[in-house]
Amino acid sequence: MRTESRLEKVLAAGHLAVTSECGPPRGALPDKVREKGKYLEGIVDAINVTDNQTAMVRMSSLAASVILKQEGLNPLFQMVTRDRNRLAMQADIIGAYSLGIDTMLCLSGDHTKFGDHPMAMNVHDIDSIQLIQMVKGMRDEGKFQGGAEIKNPPRMFIGAAANPFADPFELRVLRLAKKIAAGADFIQTQCIFNVDKFEKWMEQVCARGLHKKCYILAGVTPIKSLGAARYMKTKVPGMDVPQEIVDRMASVPKEKQAEEGVTICVETIERLKKVEGVAGFHIMAIDWEEKVKEIVERAGLLPRPQI
Amino acid sequence: MITAERKPLEELIEYIKPFKRLLLVGCNECVTVCAAGGRKEVGLLASGLHMAMLKSGTNIEIHEHTLERQCDPEYIDELVPMIDSVDAVMSMACGCGVQEIARRFKGKPVFPAVNTKFMGASERQGVWSERCQGCGDCLLGKTGGVCPIARCAKQLMNGPCGGSTGGHCEIGEDVDCAWALIWERLKELGQEDRFVEITPAKDWRPGGGAGPRKIIREDLAE
Repeated sequence: MRTESRLEKVLAAGHLAVTSECGPPRGALPDKVREKGKYLEGIVDAINVTDNQTAMVRMSSLAASVILKQEGLNPLFQMVTRDRNRLAMQADIIGAYSLGIDTMLCLSGDHTKFGDHPMAMNVHDIDSIQLIQMVKGMRDEGKFQGGAEIKNPPRMFIGAAANPFADPFELRVLRLAKKIAAGADFIQTQCIFNVDKFEKWMEQVCARGLHKKCYILAGVTPIKSLGAARYMKTKVPGMDVPQEIVDRMASVPKEKQAEEGVTICVETIERLKKVEGVAGFHIMAIDWEEKVKEIVERAGLLPRPQI
Repeated sequence: MITAERKPLEELIEYIKPFKRLLLVGCNECVTVCAAGGRKEVGLLASGLHMAMLKSGTNIEIHEHTLERQCDPEYIDELVPMIDSVDAVMSMACGCGVQEIARRFKGKPVFPAVNTKFMGASERQGVWSERCQGCGDCLLGKTGGVCPIARCAKQLMNGPCGGSTGGHCEIGEDVDCAWALIWERLKELGQEDRFVEITPAKDWRPGGGAGPRKIIREDLAE
């Protein structure tokens, strides 16, 4: 075991892991974090805490992670390379570890263009793969990126993201391979709606044996409404929502659409369970944390293993 | 080349309002090529400013002059005979030219007439795109001749982010995904292996991280 991370233990024991996410509030509202966390208690193995998601300022992922930790939950601290340089990132990683956080996700982050501070500078001192390398170097070599020794190095279980649906498709597996070579212990994928395409990607992943070097958690999202399905299909870069999903949402009356979205999500999980190399699920119920329990339950993933 | 764009007339008028005699200086290098501050643009701006000032009831005397190169002290000397007969200078060169004039003529206010944009190339008539950020440690030899520092919106050095769609960047359909371009080139060159290598964190010191940069060529320096 590389770390004390509960997620690592669940995965290492061979269970299908379940993670979900909690977007911190846009204000000093610690109770909001607790409320969102409460929905996920006993339901998931780790809770991703997003880092200024969609390039909008929110409570820091570090602070919100600590609040969840204080509630006895297992935060999965997300970090993007967009907002801080390597000094600030390493300082936060040590800080997070000192406050009991042992699992993190390394990302480059949405471009500031999409957020509420489009006038801000995108930092990108290092990229997401270099961030993975840095966190691994801190953990395994006990060294800062600059080369100096770390006293009591942070032992993080290192996650990275993968988007099987972005272009160029042939680079998607190669980029995953780079992330694993850099030191990613686990992967959370972009939301999967196009299962056929995901299966193709996973075939290549398995052909290269990458699923044996790293745990791959398949990302899923319950769609709230027909409008949301259309929005994700047309407006979100790198998202692949097949027309049949949109049509299916359109085929039910408005008041039943949320339920239909949850059903699609559960069916997707069921199908993904059969895909070789899938080690668990990452359920991104954006501002819909209260639905995660139902999804996990209906997908037969409860109770969570006791580790 | 260094590209630039003319500032809005209103902003320039605010600068020159307090003055009666202005020297408007163009540059025959990059800003001429990108049609922002060469001889032609000096003429156009001079008449534009003149008319705008007249409309507001003020007459301003504008002297026009275009230097071979404003970033070179040797050429700046050409302005010496003109400088005493004006109250202020407006430069149509890039920021380097503006600063050279400011350095040479201590007591004279100098204003920029253009916004200096980026180091770029001409894509087609009237269109220029960023190509280089002067990072000081060129990696084009490893990336198929396409720069991810200047051309990827996230400066990713190890491949495309999850927002790359159909060859364009997530920030807009009019922006190419640098990594899609790099990958195409690497394939054409049979250098796909280059993609597999992890590019480690960049040392930004040569790229400005160590403060203002300077080149000293001992063989040429006096």
